[in-house]
Amino acid sequence: MKMMLKAILLSCVLVVIGCQNKNDTIVIGNFGSMTGAEATFGISTRDGIILAVEEWNKNGGLLGKQIELKAYDNQGKPEEARLSVEKLINIDNAVAVLGEVASTRSLAGAPVAQQYKVPMISPSSTNPMVTQKGDYIFRVCFIDPFQGQVMAKFAWNSLKLKKAAVFVDSKSDYSVGLAKYFKETFTALGGEIVGDEKYTSGDVDFKAQLTNLKSKQPEFIFVPGYYTEVGLIARQAREQGLKVPLLGGDGWDSDKLFEIGGEHVNGSYFSNHYTTQDPRPEVGAFIKNYQARFGSVPNALAASGYDAARILFEAIKGVNSVEGPKIRDALAQTKNFQGVTGVITINENRDATKSAVVLQVQGKDFKFVETVNP
Amino acid sequence: MNEFIQHTINGLALGSIYALVALGYTMVFGVLQLINFAHGDIFMMGSFIGLYFIRYAVPNIEPSLGSALLVIVVAMIGSAILGVIIEKFAYRPLRKAPRINILITAIGVSLFLEYGGQLVFGASPQFFPDILPRKMIDIGGDIILDSNQITIFVVSFVLMLILQYLVFKTQFGRAMRAISHSLETANLIGINVNKVILITFVIGSSLAGAAGVLYGVAYPKIDPLLGLLPGLKAFIAAVLGGIGNITGAVIGALLLGLSETYVAGYLSSTYRDALAFVILILVLLLRPAGLLGTKKIEKV
Repeated sequence: MKMMLKAILLSCVLVVIGCQNKNDTIVIGNFGSMTGAEATFGISTRDGIILAVEEWNKNGGLLGKQIELKAYDNQGKPEEARLSVEKLINIDNAVAVLGEVASTRSLAGAPVAQQYKVPMISPSSTNPMVTQKGDYIFRVCFIDPFQGQVMAKFAWNSLKLKKAAVFVDSKSDYSVGLAKYFKETFTALGGEIVGDEKYTSGDVDFKAQLTNLKSKQPEFIFVPGYYTEVGLIARQAREQGLKVPLLGGDGWDSDKLFEIGGEHVNGSYFSNHYTTQDPRPEVGAFIKNYQARFGSVPNALAASGYDAARILFEAIKGVNSVEGPKIRDALAQTKNFQGVTGVITINENRDATKSAVVLQVQGKDFKFVETVNP
Repeated sequence: MNEFIQHTINGLALGSIYALVALGYTMVFGVLQLINFAHGDIFMMGSFIGLYFIRYAVPNIEPSLGSALLVIVVAMIGSAILGVIIEKFAYRPLRKAPRINILITAIGVSLFLEYGGQLVFGASPQFFPDILPRKMIDIGGDIILDSNQITIFVVSFVLMLILQYLVFKTQFGRAMRAISHSLETANLIGINVNKVILITFVIGSSLAGAAGVLYGVAYPKIDPLLGLLPGLKAFIAAVLGGIGNITGAVIGALLLGLSETYVAGYLSSTYRDALAFVILILVLLLRPAGLLGTKKIEKV
């Protein structure tokens, strides 16, 4: 059996090698959730990357070749994410991989990229463990210890709220991590966590937990989840007579949030990577080009995808090579990159140091409230 | 105490949706001794029929009781047609075959609907619009009664009463019960077995279609795999009440809805789905005929 497997694998490899026409293009891989409960994450990110690729190709491409983007859908499943990275590296010969948004799926894909020494940049996974998977794994966004702090400080200093409840997706690395850092900062500031409830991604009924939270009389609820569940939670919270504001993280960023939650999500706050109201010229240009190409206002995930792709292209151009180790070294040197999501410097942990913004939900638009620097 | 009452209200609302689905299981089982695994997916199709009807036929529908009833009726008709097609093409040719064949066919139909649904509707969740005007009624002591919960409960209850009447007070119901006792004998005394079975599928499927719309109203996120878990739970509810028994199915479903909500409220939501299966195992071990099932089961 083992011999047979090996033979099949070998023949696959031979076919792949035989069919490669190596020198036409530089292949960049992308994996994301383009269907499923977090579909807008994957689609936005991919569209941001497509915009970056098209802009570079129009200006002569990279190292004299055109850039080719291979994007795979993982349906929001970690096991598919892992397979996508395998495919991108072994079949498509991607020189680098961009993805994922959700930390759980970045964590699934990262070991594969590390194993083959192909650099991987996550545009917007914020769980600290993602880049700890190895020295080929980077990210161009802030991490949850910072994001948790941002919302804890915002609630305490700006909203002057003292009693918090947290409602966590126990199946998501992102949600659990973010809640932990939020609680640490909020209690250190002097705040009190009066309620702590859990749900599981995919749930549709949250009434039992919300009834419990209501009896604890929190002044706000921190819900570090993804937009589908957050929309349903907001709806059911209001139905249960729980009128306090909800606070959350960048997982809320989708125009579906309002579609699901309706008026019930209005007035709630979340931290994010960028705001469309940023006055810097590169942000305006990006929004204009993105709208012309895709017909919608780009969200933070599209902006992060765009930044991740451009940082990668700059790195490849800088070392004039598509070899993994060389790209890796160049990425690690990234300093003061003028990104749409802020000025990006990659630190020694291969994470980006940059500021976060707090936004307030007002219908389909998110109103800029304040910027928090690291 | 207030929390307990609130949990109870929420649990009953959840249970009445399960009840509508459980009735379909129990009816088909009563008549054919077939566990129709595709039933949960007919429930899912009911949601989508409702959604697409709203989207393409009445896009500017105003939330009102009338429009909700209209959508429910359309979904019931659509699901009934689907039920008839499934019975005619998948189950009827196997009527004389060993029971395991038809069971496996049911699983096949279920998978066909789930993955065919992903192909047609897409795998991403879609959002069910509000078709019911909503009022939150504070009944004192911070307990909130949602008008939707009342509607769901009342609609479910009325449909169950109609069913009860059909089965026990009409000629058709008598024929149905005769078939459940013995298909061959019923045939011999001149009952048109195929017709009665077809009508059983019509009723069961239309109840599932109604449940699908009510589910969409209560939990406005629907996707093609939506029927999987509620379908299994409704099946467990039917087993808990004594499969083949109409009252049993309703009681089983309400009990399941309540216990799920209590578990999520007092223990942890992680155990919510596990609980249903624990109940199934316990019932099968301790009282295989279910709560209301006796040796002489009053089969539908």
